[in-house]
Amino acid sequence: MTPGQLSTLVRPKPELPYSPQFQSGIWWETRAKLDPVESRILSPLVKKPNANFWIAVVILGAIFLWGLIAWAWQIKNGLKATGLNAPVFWGIYLVNFVFFIGISHAGTLISSILRITDTEWRRPFTRAAEAITVFSLPFGAGSVIVDLGRPDRLLNVILYPHFTSPILWDVICISTYMVTSLLYFYLALIPDIALCRDKLSVAAGPIRKFLYETLSLGWAGSEDQWKTLHKITAGMSVFLFVLVISVHTNVSFVFGLTTKPGWHTAVIGPYFVVGAIFSGVATVILAMIAIRKWFHLEAYLTESHFNSIAKFLLGLCCFWFYFTMVEFLTVFYGRETAHMAVFNAKFFGEYAWLFWTMFACCFLIPLPVLAIKKFRTIPNLTWLCVVINIGMWLERYTIIVPSGTRPYLTWGIGRYTPSWVEWSITAAWLSGFCLLFIVFTRLFPILTIWEVKEGMESPAKEKT
Amino acid sequence: MRPEKTNRGDFLKTLFIALSSLIAFSARVFASKPEDEAVQERGEHRWGMVIDLDRCTGCQACVVACSVENNQMLGGPEEASMGRIIRWLKILPKTEVEGRHIRQSLIPMPCQQCEDPPCTRVCPTSATFMNPEGIVGQVYDRCIGCRYCVNACPYTCKFFNWGEPRWPKDVEKPFNPDISVRYKGVVEKCLFCHHRLQRAKDKARAEGRPVKENDYIPACAASCPAQAIVFGDINNPESEVSKLASSHRAYKMLEELGTKPKITYLREG
Repeated sequence: MTPGQLSTLVRPKPELPYSPQFQSGIWWETRAKLDPVESRILSPLVKKPNANFWIAVVILGAIFLWGLIAWAWQIKNGLKATGLNAPVFWGIYLVNFVFFIGISHAGTLISSILRITDTEWRRPFTRAAEAITVFSLPFGAGSVIVDLGRPDRLLNVILYPHFTSPILWDVICISTYMVTSLLYFYLALIPDIALCRDKLSVAAGPIRKFLYETLSLGWAGSEDQWKTLHKITAGMSVFLFVLVISVHTNVSFVFGLTTKPGWHTAVIGPYFVVGAIFSGVATVILAMIAIRKWFHLEAYLTESHFNSIAKFLLGLCCFWFYFTMVEFLTVFYGRETAHMAVFNAKFFGEYAWLFWTMFACCFLIPLPVLAIKKFRTIPNLTWLCVVINIGMWLERYTIIVPSGTRPYLTWGIGRYTPSWVEWSITAAWLSGFCLLFIVFTRLFPILTIWEVKEGMESPAKEKT
Repeated sequence: MRPEKTNRGDFLKTLFIALSSLIAFSARVFASKPEDEAVQERGEHRWGMVIDLDRCTGCQACVVACSVENNQMLGGPEEASMGRIIRWLKILPKTEVEGRHIRQSLIPMPCQQCEDPPCTRVCPTSATFMNPEGIVGQVYDRCIGCRYCVNACPYTCKFFNWGEPRWPKDVEKPFNPDISVRYKGVVEKCLFCHHRLQRAKDKARAEGRPVKENDYIPACAASCPAQAIVFGDINNPESEVSKLASSHRAYKMLEELGTKPKITYLREG
């Protein structure tokens, strides 16, 4: 379908009087013939949210506020409110940092790489993937700010930059990434916001009507506009692809460029990138399964879509195993005393239960479920994606903490238990992320309508 | 009116200039001569220390002298149980087992004052840096408390203020006025008693002469009853530190990491 044809789907702002139509339980305001795809995907935006939604919002909001209180407590008392000590100077705040930046990667990866390669099954996933990117990045950056002893001096990084510091590279990379992915997300959203503006101006209240009108930037769906949009998104896809690799490599550099045993390895860069995409894709699948169930979008998120993305996840799972194997085999054969101390702590020592749980969650359990066709079902994917995310969080934990407890010289207590403050902030960041996501699903279409429609117009490609 | 369209050639030219200057700049940052070499050419002092483990009795007088001299927090059982006590100079116990023979050695460990410090390289704000005389310093008022330098230090000789440091009432009175009291959320470290060097410089200036090697020694060296700690100018080949450092017993801590410490240890004989 050409952009020109598409433009007929998105009407310019209608003039009065309208002729409201009653369909799927809602009054739709439209002059054009109602499109079944649009009405289906837009319906969550106009239906009154049920009690479960409000309960979820209240619970998530309460946890988030609790986390902010915990942070205030930490600011008042200093970082002694955490379980950190000498020599474990970095704990679960840094784990959360890597975790959130990690899941943010799937968004851009799915929408940019799969858009570049024009993969068919990406179509219903792109919007949710980008939303996950945009909503998880602030919490990733927030995790580092929480970790600072003096968060009030954050601007010193920009005022007195020291160019050899990987943290400065991170600040540059992540802020670029945040701005670019927000733009990318917004650009693909414009045609859909315009659709909301045109179709929902009665159903949505005056505030949302104003929101849609402002944010759609006067999109009329003309051929020129489509051409520009496609051109920009194509260009940004390439740029974002490079950015994804560089951002997570830089995140790994924060650890890999020190000489700390267990961190100082060249493979940590690609290992982090693969791990990030692995956990990110799992998060996207989880979000899409939830959306499919809540909003009854079974027709647009089909079994075959999930089958394809599950195969992609299987590939990432194998890659992840490959990097893990390379990493530990190198350490094991090198037999350096300091590095072996960390290795032993992970494989047989006090971190063994975490390490092997992690290994089971990231590889032993996902591999058969994803590889055997009979098991690759949506209910199985639901719990599996939770398991993978737990595993990937533990993976970051077992990278960061055991190295902290085994420095070159044996100082200090060499153990670490996160305090209630750290757990509260972790829970808060996770709830904040979920909260942003579920509120978003009520305000904007969670499936990229124009992209899904493009796919439906060319059913020949559907099989890929 | 539409602004004049930028010529593609001009744009590419600007882009090329911008990129090449960026590359040139980063090349300068990364490939610049190590600071120590530049300083050695200038022929200034380079402060270093030799610790003779054969003489050291493990009495910890240096630890006490250091913490009093530098207004370090006392710390209580709460801090001790969490490993949060700050001592710029600590005694590292080391146990060597050879068959049935067990040997316990005690190694005084101040900041190793590396010539190629891993901590200064990673600091995002240049809060930790090496001064022209080779002393690795810390600017408390610029530190953001990210603890990256602490993680990068293989000797774990940098310290973070986990909370506001506290002292019993009577201890607050005799604070050393020459050195600032740190506050929560920043990193601190051994500065080779830099304030003493400042004093010596002021004195030398008043007397109208350059600073001499013996004008200053840090508190740990001054307090050592066994005279195990020798301090001086390693740029001067005639100095006592230089002579001791060329002993066959001399070694550097974790030498294999290439940090080039300015603290030399003399092995127990």
